[in-house]
Amino acid sequence: MSTTATMPMPMRVRDPYRLGHGHGHERQPSTEHGERGPESKRVIVGYGFWIFLLSDIVMFSALFATYAVLSGNTAGGPSGKQLFDLTNVAIETACLLFSSFTCGVASIGASRRQVGVFYGAMAVTFVFGAVFVLLEAREFASLVLQGDGPQRSAFLSAFFTLVGCHGLHVTCGLLWLLTMMAQVFAKGFRADIMRRVLCFSLFWHALDIIWVALFSVVYLIGAGQ
Amino acid sequence: MSDVTMDDHPKGDRAPGDEHIESEEPGEGYAGYLVGLGLAVLLTMVSFFVAGTSLVWGPSIPIAIAVLAVAQMGVHLVFFLHITSGPDSTNNVMALAFGVLIVFLLIGGSLYIMTHMDQNMLPMDQIMQMQR
Repeated sequence: MSTTATMPMPMRVRDPYRLGHGHGHERQPSTEHGERGPESKRVIVGYGFWIFLLSDIVMFSALFATYAVLSGNTAGGPSGKQLFDLTNVAIETACLLFSSFTCGVASIGASRRQVGVFYGAMAVTFVFGAVFVLLEAREFASLVLQGDGPQRSAFLSAFFTLVGCHGLHVTCGLLWLLTMMAQVFAKGFRADIMRRVLCFSLFWHALDIIWVALFSVVYLIGAGQ
Repeated sequence: MSDVTMDDHPKGDRAPGDEHIESEEPGEGYAGYLVGLGLAVLLTMVSFFVAGTSLVWGPSIPIAIAVLAVAQMGVHLVFFLHITSGPDSTNNVMALAFGVLIVFLLIGGSLYIMTHMDQNMLPMDQIMQMQR
């Protein structure tokens, strides 16, 4: 705080909170109220992406609410108990769990600048994620082929919307994963690339959290009723 | 551009998902991810077991699954996303708390309103009668 008092007056008048300075790259002396200046850009980017992830989770909660309201309305069609194959769901869950673990290994490899660990763990993450998407696509295809597609009942519309939205997120995550491997290959572990790797791993772990809610509410509770 | 890492600013905030690799905190580094994976696998297996078992009183099964799911989400948040209770993570926890509030309002409110509307509606065959 004492540092601002000693600053030349015209400087403080034009930019009293020093907004045009620093850009988060260096620790700034205090402005007026805080004990220090802006955080590093990594922290700011990570926090911003965290806010986005929470808003994404809020969107999923709307889909969950829709599913919960409509899950009983099968319109004379099959219910979850007749449709869900829990073995398939268990394999999908295992895939996402292990891919979350290998994604964590990849982020450790990146922060320790271990190229082999990073590429290896990212590749394993991609394989697990791809197996998950393929299993889900196969489940959807078999449902549609036996006439239980999204237009069959309100329950199935909500089911396809909710689970499909998560599958779409995982598919986008797979594309992002390949992009990150390519960017690290082309540009190395630069600070901006490292921020993107941080955001990607946040995204991937958040998808796993949503899947936990999904297999519990939709598949496990749905198959029991 | 200098590569600013967490360790340059021991007093700074922490980005969600960031970890202090050098520190001795439980939940950091390979060991942290391994513990998280172990707990998550355990909770998942208990979940799947409870869903198919007849050992537990039937009506309690959905509640048990929900509790296990919340526990597993907590494990993921702590060991994978590194959301901690430390002072460097306060902003992340506050944002999370707000998100959870909105999620509860949205799901709880929707279910509350829709069940009450459902109870106040005429049965479907009577609605059909009125529309003739």
